[in-house]
Amino acid sequence: MAPRPDLPVLTRGGAALAALRAAPRSPAAGVERRPSAFRVEPPPTVPLLALDELWFQVSGTVCNLRCRHCFISCAPDNHSHWFMSREAVRSYLEESRGLGVKEYYFTGGEPFMNREIEGILQDTLELGSATVLTNGTLIPPRRAEALAGLAGASPYSLELRVSLDGVTASMNDAIRGEGTFNRCMDGVRQLVAAGFLPIISCMRSWPEPETEEVLGAFRELLAGVGYTRPRLKILPPLLMGEEESRTRGYEDTEFVSHDMMYGFDSGQLLCSRARLVTARGVQACPILLESPAARLGDTLGEAVGRDAPLADAACFTCYQNGAICSNAPSGSGLDR
Amino acid sequence: MSDPRLPMADPLRVPGPVPEGGQGHSEVPVFERVAVFGGVYSNHLALRALLTEVEGLAVDAVLCLGDLGAFGPHPDRTVELIRESGIPVVRGNYDDSLARGLEDCQCGYTDPRDNHFAHISYDYTFRRTSPEHRAWMATLPDRLRFRIGDQRVLAFHGSPRRMNEFLWETTTPQHFLEGLAVEHQTDLLLGTHSGLHWSRTLAGGGGYVNVGALGRPANDGRPVVWYALLEAGESAVNHRFIPLSYDHEGLAREMEEEGLPGEFIETIRTGWWTTCLEVLPGKERSRGKW
Repeated sequence: MAPRPDLPVLTRGGAALAALRAAPRSPAAGVERRPSAFRVEPPPTVPLLALDELWFQVSGTVCNLRCRHCFISCAPDNHSHWFMSREAVRSYLEESRGLGVKEYYFTGGEPFMNREIEGILQDTLELGSATVLTNGTLIPPRRAEALAGLAGASPYSLELRVSLDGVTASMNDAIRGEGTFNRCMDGVRQLVAAGFLPIISCMRSWPEPETEEVLGAFRELLAGVGYTRPRLKILPPLLMGEEESRTRGYEDTEFVSHDMMYGFDSGQLLCSRARLVTARGVQACPILLESPAARLGDTLGEAVGRDAPLADAACFTCYQNGAICSNAPSGSGLDR
Repeated sequence: MSDPRLPMADPLRVPGPVPEGGQGHSEVPVFERVAVFGGVYSNHLALRALLTEVEGLAVDAVLCLGDLGAFGPHPDRTVELIRESGIPVVRGNYDDSLARGLEDCQCGYTDPRDNHFAHISYDYTFRRTSPEHRAWMATLPDRLRFRIGDQRVLAFHGSPRRMNEFLWETTTPQHFLEGLAVEHQTDLLLGTHSGLHWSRTLAGGGGYVNVGALGRPANDGRPVVWYALLEAGESAVNHRFIPLSYDHEGLAREMEEEGLPGEFIETIRTGWWTTCLEVLPGKERSRGKW
């Protein structure tokens, strides 16, 4: 292949970081260089380019499971964030039309713990596509059929994203709790039988070189419940919440510095195109639910008017991996 | 090897629509009947069939919305045909990557399998597109403005705000499209990029039309490819999507000779997409086979 001329834009992932470390760039005129080993105040900030994604913390921090890697430590007794009502969600949906929102996401906690979730999805699907991030353990046949009914009545897509953290009961249950593997697989079976193609998401808990092998095992496992063309989404660990004690927390050197943002396309970061609404206000992104720095306002109007500070160590993971929370790349990073 | 250039009838050598910002809205060219296609993906046989077909359609302009390369064989044949025809071309993300010598096609796949095939496609296309054609791609406009009858039209590749933005039928809200039309001061939004043709009527009589792809079937089990015909109506632009049959078996054989992946060839022969599936929303994917 002909040699590629110098690449003008740093792309996502570790390559960008490696490039910065290997070949420090010249500072732009007037930009003060700071030692990158020290965290600086104020942190870099990211302007909102467009509100493409509106996320709802629809079941707060309440979950029927107590996963050992949960980055916000959701649990049956974690009531720090409470459920959002259908009425509250409806009001945000109405506001979202004028803000040009493209996709709606529902997370928690476990969204199917919210008794109004089906009504909430019905309201949402009148406006646009909806994605539910679920642990898959609360999807009996009746629910799968109800969801299929909602999807069938809308011109928009209803996506179910099911978290499964292993290809065997022992691998998954060590992270998500005893018995969850079988319950989740039942949920996947019901969704597939109802006509969905759920996105199976999994936190990478194995060494990276083994990923291809694990993906193969997932395909085989899912084929066993009739899901022959699964879409698999592997996510990097977020070293906070419960995961901090399961493996490790972020190192002092793992944060996003001003240097790292130099020449970096901030459109790769979710906070450049999303906000998370909760029962208690609006946050910069769905990962930083508990971060005081990422709280951008009481109302959506306030929060879209403020830049997102990259003040949390978890921003480092997003910087390295891109906007992992979205279903699919939406063409960010090329604004022309 | 056959001569890839096709002599073109003069009526197709229209004065092209002006790039955005080149002139005021009132000065843009006005057409009555326009054929529009995109996503040629090196399918020079489909392009040749289209160029012949549009000669009988009494159109007063033909427009290409970009992505000349990808998937298919001998990318230079497509570029030469297009350049010879004089058809105005909007730059797609593939053209942009080739022009700038980027590492990939800018579709942004994260799925390892999709990435694998996207790289095979891009590396082959990059290697086989002449430097002179790549330099020409760098001159292509990102957007074009013109009129069909009294309706303002804005043509682009992905979306008016991002060349590589996918606009799918089941994940693109009505209010989002209406916001784009207002923001970009147009009645009709005209794009491609996602590879599936669809349209939506917007408030006030405007619309969005995705013209689909000329180079790859529409994931519907048929080997035909698609383009759109737009025509001035009484108070709106009427459009229809036109399926195009071409020598897809000939293309498949060329792809085999070039050693391109069997997965790409299967799509040409069967009409079902086999790769680049990660970006498809659930509903669109459910309608396909893979």
